[in-house]
Amino acid sequence: MAFKIIASQCTQCGACEFECPSGAIKFKGETYVIDPKKCTECEGTFETQQCASVCPVSKTCVPA
Amino acid sequence: MDSAVWEKIKDHPCFSEEAHHYFARMHVAVAPACNIQCNYCNRKYDCANESRPGVVSERLTPDQALRKVIGVANEVPQLSVLGIAGPGDACYDWKNTKATFQRVAKEIGDIKLCISTNGLALPDRVAELAEMNVDHVTITINMVDPRIGAKIYPWIFYGNRRYTGVEAATILHERQMSGLEMLTARGILTKINSVMIPGVNDEHLIEVNKWVKERGAFLHNVMPLISDPAHGTHYGLSGQRGPKAMELKALQDRLEGGAKLMRHCRQCRADAVGLLGEDRGQEFTLDRLPDKVTYDASKRETYRAVVARERGDRLAAKSEALGMVKTAGSGKSLLVAVATKGGGRINEHFGHAKEFQVYEASPKGISFVGHRKVEQYCLGGRAEDKSLDGVISTLEGVDIVLCARIGNCPEDRLKEGGIRATEAYGYDYIETAIGALYAAEFGSEPLAATA
Repeated sequence: MAFKIIASQCTQCGACEFECPSGAIKFKGETYVIDPKKCTECEGTFETQQCASVCPVSKTCVPA
Repeated sequence: MDSAVWEKIKDHPCFSEEAHHYFARMHVAVAPACNIQCNYCNRKYDCANESRPGVVSERLTPDQALRKVIGVANEVPQLSVLGIAGPGDACYDWKNTKATFQRVAKEIGDIKLCISTNGLALPDRVAELAEMNVDHVTITINMVDPRIGAKIYPWIFYGNRRYTGVEAATILHERQMSGLEMLTARGILTKINSVMIPGVNDEHLIEVNKWVKERGAFLHNVMPLISDPAHGTHYGLSGQRGPKAMELKALQDRLEGGAKLMRHCRQCRADAVGLLGEDRGQEFTLDRLPDKVTYDASKRETYRAVVARERGDRLAAKSEALGMVKTAGSGKSLLVAVATKGGGRINEHFGHAKEFQVYEASPKGISFVGHRKVEQYCLGGRAEDKSLDGVISTLEGVDIVLCARIGNCPEDRLKEGGIRATEAYGYDYIETAIGALYAAEFGSEPLAATA
């Protein structure tokens, strides 16, 4: 029950970081990563996964 | 124009054509996150060699941005405006925008703060923008009919979900209009950027111009779509073409009489530094800046005193020049290309020019009609014949080129292409030269040019 970011696709805009309701996304080294322990796939909070809904590149924030 | 408005725009190169001869802007790329997708934008590719909106070489944190702004302010005396203009949206990526403005305003009290936005998050930020003395806002508005909007915007992210189609464009449209109205109510000047997309919104921009004028927009900047397939944008890949220079000019001419038009836009990079038409961004990358910088106001202050003097002179020269055009009593018009590196003077060598500023002299007066970018003809003392052909074709329709210096060879080649060139007015004010030239061309006694 977690999402991950495909690093090669990511543009590092950071929109996902501030939309994530669980504080699961952090910038580490060269890219953003999702902490699977914290990621809830937005279940119970929002209808859609916020990271995937705001991400400018399709198929970049995807189920792990 | 009333004096309060002039006070606001007189040092802003984008909001005033006159100011763009004297003052420079810089953009800091601190707000990369965006809340909408546009078909002319691709967030995946940034390139050092491209000059177009949204493109940057490095993204900055607010602290890095402060270091860069001070570094530039110490070295570029013309600097008057700090803008945040992508990649991304300054109002959406608000925490970074706000932190940057607050830090810079504390160090450099007289710098003008300016943002560019798609408008979706704008209504939420107007109060804070006013509080921070942000006096210039640019909103990109490409449509007022959501059915047309749906062809330009594949999606928006709003209220924690993604919207598509007409529904998305309707929300965006409503937010853009209310943001514009709120800015107008607070006396914040707005420039509207519209991207002209042939077959999609070109005719529709006449309607957009009416809407934004009614809501108090100060300036309307209609820009040509850039859609090179190499940029990987939706429009680039789907073969949507951009407008030709003459199509753009024809649309701008049809908009005369509506919201005032901007014609001196260079569609600069989101990390551009310097006068419009030049980009010194590569001189001020983070690795070239000292770790610790302290603001030194001396260069900017000295320069401002010089500009104040020059402006008075140039104004007097301009009215004299207008007199010459009127006395000539000719019904004809003259298209003049000028090589300048700023200050409102003809002070650039033909071979060093990267663009020519084009003016039209006619019984109506002398007006700036646009610029034409060229490949520099003379590189490091060597002249490139091939690029001269390019320059000649770019200058099509121009009657005469004014520059500080030109060699015999390019002058002859231009003549073969039907374009005259002269260094006779080198270092004069642009209007003075054009006035004298017009008088000389069309009969009446030429007066001595003053500089």
